[in-house]
Amino acid sequence: MWKNFPLLPPSASTMAVQIDAVWWFLVALTVVMTVLIFAAVLTFVVMFRKKNDGRVATQIEGSTQLEILWSVIPLIIVMGLFFWGTAVYVQMMRPPKNVMDFYLVGKQWMWKVQHPTGQREINALHIPVNQAIRLTQTSEDVIHSFFIPAFRTKKDAVPGRYTQQWFEANEVGTFHIFCAEYCGTKHSQMIGEVTVMTQEDYEIWLSGAVAGESPEDAGKKLFEGMRCASCHPIDSAVKLIDGVAARGPLLAGIYGTEVALKNGGKVVVDDTYIRESIVRPLAKVVAGFEPVMPTYEGQLSEEQIIQIAAYIKSLKGAEAPSDGAKK
Amino acid sequence: MTSSMSHPPNSQGTVRVEPDGPQAQSTYLNNGYGWKSWLFTVDHKRIAILYLVSISFFFAVGGAFATMMRLELATPQGDVLQSDSYNKLFTMHGLVMIFFFLVPSIPAVLGNFLLPIMIGCKDLAFPKINLLSWYIYVIGGTMTLYVALTGGVDTGWTFYTPYSSTYANTAVVPMALGVFITGFSSILTGLNFIVTVHKMRAPGLTWFKLPLFIWAQYATSLIMVLGTPVLATTILLVGLERLFHIGIFDPTIGGDPVLFQHLFWFYSHPAVYIMILPGMGVISEIIACFTKKRVFGYSFIAFSTLAIAVLGFLVWGHHLFVSGQSAFAGIVFSVISMFVAVPSAVKIFNWTATLYKGTIEVTTPMLYALGFIGLFTIGGLTGLFLAIMSVDVHLTDTYFVVAHFHYVMVGGMLMAYLGGLHFWWPKMFGRMYPEFAAKFAAVIIFVGFNLTFFPQFLLGYMGMPRRYHAYPEEFQVLNILSSAGASILAVGYIIPVFYLVWSLKWGEKAGPNPWGAKGLEWTTQSPPTTHNFDRIPVVTEEAYAYGHEPTITVGPGDDNPNPHYKGSTHV
Amino acid sequence: MSEHVLPAGVPPPVSHHFVDLHQQEESEKLGMWTFLITEVMFFGALFTAYVVYRNMYPEAFMLASSKLDWKLGGLNTLVLIVSSLTMAMAIRCAQTAKKNLMLINIVLTMALGVVFLVVKYFEYMSKWEHHLMPGPSFDVAAFGQWGNQARIFFSIYFAMTGLHAFHMIVGLGIMTWVFLKARKGHFTPQRYVGIEISGLYWHFVDLVWIFLFPMLYLLGAHTGLGH
Repeated sequence: MWKNFPLLPPSASTMAVQIDAVWWFLVALTVVMTVLIFAAVLTFVVMFRKKNDGRVATQIEGSTQLEILWSVIPLIIVMGLFFWGTAVYVQMMRPPKNVMDFYLVGKQWMWKVQHPTGQREINALHIPVNQAIRLTQTSEDVIHSFFIPAFRTKKDAVPGRYTQQWFEANEVGTFHIFCAEYCGTKHSQMIGEVTVMTQEDYEIWLSGAVAGESPEDAGKKLFEGMRCASCHPIDSAVKLIDGVAARGPLLAGIYGTEVALKNGGKVVVDDTYIRESIVRPLAKVVAGFEPVMPTYEGQLSEEQIIQIAAYIKSLKGAEAPSDGAKK
Repeated sequence: MTSSMSHPPNSQGTVRVEPDGPQAQSTYLNNGYGWKSWLFTVDHKRIAILYLVSISFFFAVGGAFATMMRLELATPQGDVLQSDSYNKLFTMHGLVMIFFFLVPSIPAVLGNFLLPIMIGCKDLAFPKINLLSWYIYVIGGTMTLYVALTGGVDTGWTFYTPYSSTYANTAVVPMALGVFITGFSSILTGLNFIVTVHKMRAPGLTWFKLPLFIWAQYATSLIMVLGTPVLATTILLVGLERLFHIGIFDPTIGGDPVLFQHLFWFYSHPAVYIMILPGMGVISEIIACFTKKRVFGYSFIAFSTLAIAVLGFLVWGHHLFVSGQSAFAGIVFSVISMFVAVPSAVKIFNWTATLYKGTIEVTTPMLYALGFIGLFTIGGLTGLFLAIMSVDVHLTDTYFVVAHFHYVMVGGMLMAYLGGLHFWWPKMFGRMYPEFAAKFAAVIIFVGFNLTFFPQFLLGYMGMPRRYHAYPEEFQVLNILSSAGASILAVGYIIPVFYLVWSLKWGEKAGPNPWGAKGLEWTTQSPPTTHNFDRIPVVTEEAYAYGHEPTITVGPGDDNPNPHYKGSTHV
Repeated sequence: MSEHVLPAGVPPPVSHHFVDLHQQEESEKLGMWTFLITEVMFFGALFTAYVVYRNMYPEAFMLASSKLDWKLGGLNTLVLIVSSLTMAMAIRCAQTAKKNLMLINIVLTMALGVVFLVVKYFEYMSKWEHHLMPGPSFDVAAFGQWGNQARIFFSIYFAMTGLHAFHMIVGLGIMTWVFLKARKGHFTPQRYVGIEISGLYWHFVDLVWIFLFPMLYLLGAHTGLGH
């Protein structure tokens, strides 16, 4: 049991260094404060111990200056910490442009991952080093939480909605994946390994793994099979479907744009909005269209919805500046 | 009034101690002996004793659960227990310790016993409601034991949906009902305390002459009254979801499971302050007494207590940083959580400053109080780690949270409770306990506690998730340390049972004020009479007026201001 | 210290642990107010759930609300407002020592409470017949695409009105106690705090309904979708 006895977790992502910097500052603060308080307490206890010398306690009412001092200094320290910590957090929220999209579905008690190129894994994740990876995740049943300590990253997988996390591994190796949100009997077995590989090794791994359909391709099949195109044009050149104006918004290039809603609001088209539009189409109808879309709730699995969303995401707008597609 | 009228208080307001003799003094303890005199009592002191016995029982139950968990965690494999059993153990440990020990401990035992005496009245405003609250507690506790004995529940004490509402196959509904019922005991205690502090203070006892223990009880009561009903409704909804599939937390029909977390933590974060604030009140009393000094910065401690109670209601979202809550909401909750550090730090500094130039006696209660200052410093500062979002992402749901929580709850609250129990034991039972054994136990508890929970900070930083029945091998050494610490801690908890029980019969007689302390509770006899005071005291001096001649005087000439004063403890 | 002349058989007004009647009455009033604050928080969690889902699914809530009978809801609102009036009059009668009128007003208040519950009973029965009880048997089809979300509306409807109805039943129990006490002559112009704080509770329960009625019944009434 003594072999393999680390006291610090491996640090293998770009964010880990920054988070650890805040962590170590906090550790230092805690140690310094605790030592100071213990020292003060012990010193006072020794110095002012009651002896039989007739000394009586000196009554001190308090000191407003001291109170202000020891309120304001901690306030400044914690506010500094807050801004520092939040600045790091904001970076953790914003993936770089070239991020690779992986999809993750949690269920009791396994993690199902799909690569952008279609490979699927269970309780394992193979990723290339020095490449930002974004996980779009949900759950089929209860709340789980996908946690990679070496990357200092964690996010709940919540049924009925999407959450995202991203990380960029900067060290080759194998690290733990844990489920961090209690999810039932085999919660402690909902674990796996993330394998960080060089770019070349990752290519080799991809070619060796059973290359299923990519999420986009699977989504395209579903899109056709569910006859989505009978209402939603997928090409900005198409103006009429079956001789009438399209009943649904053009999907090409729509991902990531902001659309006006019938009830006056606006919404950014992201995975969550696409998911909502599939399971609850009437919740946010795009301006200029009638609320006629039926719900697909219960007809599509979480993974299938993810695939359709991936397909819609892959539909590029017109060749020309894609702005035209929005209108 | 009854026989106590024959012992008029002396001019300093302290009651003469009667020598043992054929005419033993009348106390709340010898005012009736049969089971009815206890189970139908409306005397706040007897109800406090009822609570003392019941929460000690539940502490033992919760401790037994913890012992089995630590046994399982000594090895990486899940070999002692099935994972189902382990999940039930940590759930029951959390539920029992939080709802049946920590929340009621100081308010319902020490608060119940002392609050009326410390503010100079004969009982709480609603004695029957006080008794009712104990019965409600017992009913809720019985349900919990029933669930524990018939299979247990495995949702975690947090009851997160949709696991608790749809997926768990254990007795969630009876357990939810148990928690729901117990909540009312806490609401009723809080209500009673609020009214009593507002309306029944002795003449002259203004708010800023109140002992800090009373301020703490008052702030705690506010949280109990405002927070607990929200938990009750939330738990009710989980029960309805399970029984009737109402769908409010069911994502498959558009319900929002995260709404449960918001509602749950709206109570359960302030509940942490329900558990710690009374402890802080106890520490202020002990430190003032054993330095023989007025507490440094009295009003700052009083206001920091209220500040923590108020801020406590605005920080629940820091439990949801990785749940998909919006980043903006997260930032707001983060900054308010950071503010809580300030009033907490103010308290620590003030207690430390109180030691300066005092005449310090390191008695058993003082040992606990000094231990509290140190451990709460660590517990509080590690809270900062969890309030900062970027660090919390890594640490949340790991053993770091477990360690932080136990530093505050066990290192803080439990130390304060034991300190308070030792401090007021002579008042409650009129007997001293053996000082050496008590100090020995305090040291054992301090050592065992740190050995149990300090390694868990490291485990958490290394990434060991909480609620894991089996874990990777590299975490074993620290887990063994923790389990070893737990066994030392268990010994530390058992020792006081022996010497405290022993002291009831063979302990040295305490007299009204064995510590030379200030405060109304020390002006009456030990154990007090059923009505606490022979005459309602009139308070003219500040709290902790050490270094002054006693100036507490007895009430106006009227011997008995209430002609209907019956002196009966029974309903 | 007790300066009131009490009718025979009536126990002394000041409990043993209070200094005087004033302190006791103040305590009892503050106790009831504190209790009502806990009640606000108790309902507050449900109001929060309502607001959250109303914002998530405004159309579903509108549609589902239109299935409620706003006329019956309105009738009940009127019934409760009148019951608050009779309650207030009962207290006034206690203050002015009109015992018989006080008893009549208490009985009227209770009768109106019963009327409320009877109307509520018929409403619930009609929801039962139309498969609008929350749960798997809920008639999802009646709400088109919004079936599941309408189910959430009805869950909240039943949780809120059910909790309210429970408070009404407790209120009737309290009023029975008030009636018995009043008949024995316990409430006098000098000491009527018992009926006064019972009245506070009764008004509070009425007030909750004043919020529930527009939130649940009037939300979709104007759409005419339901009938």
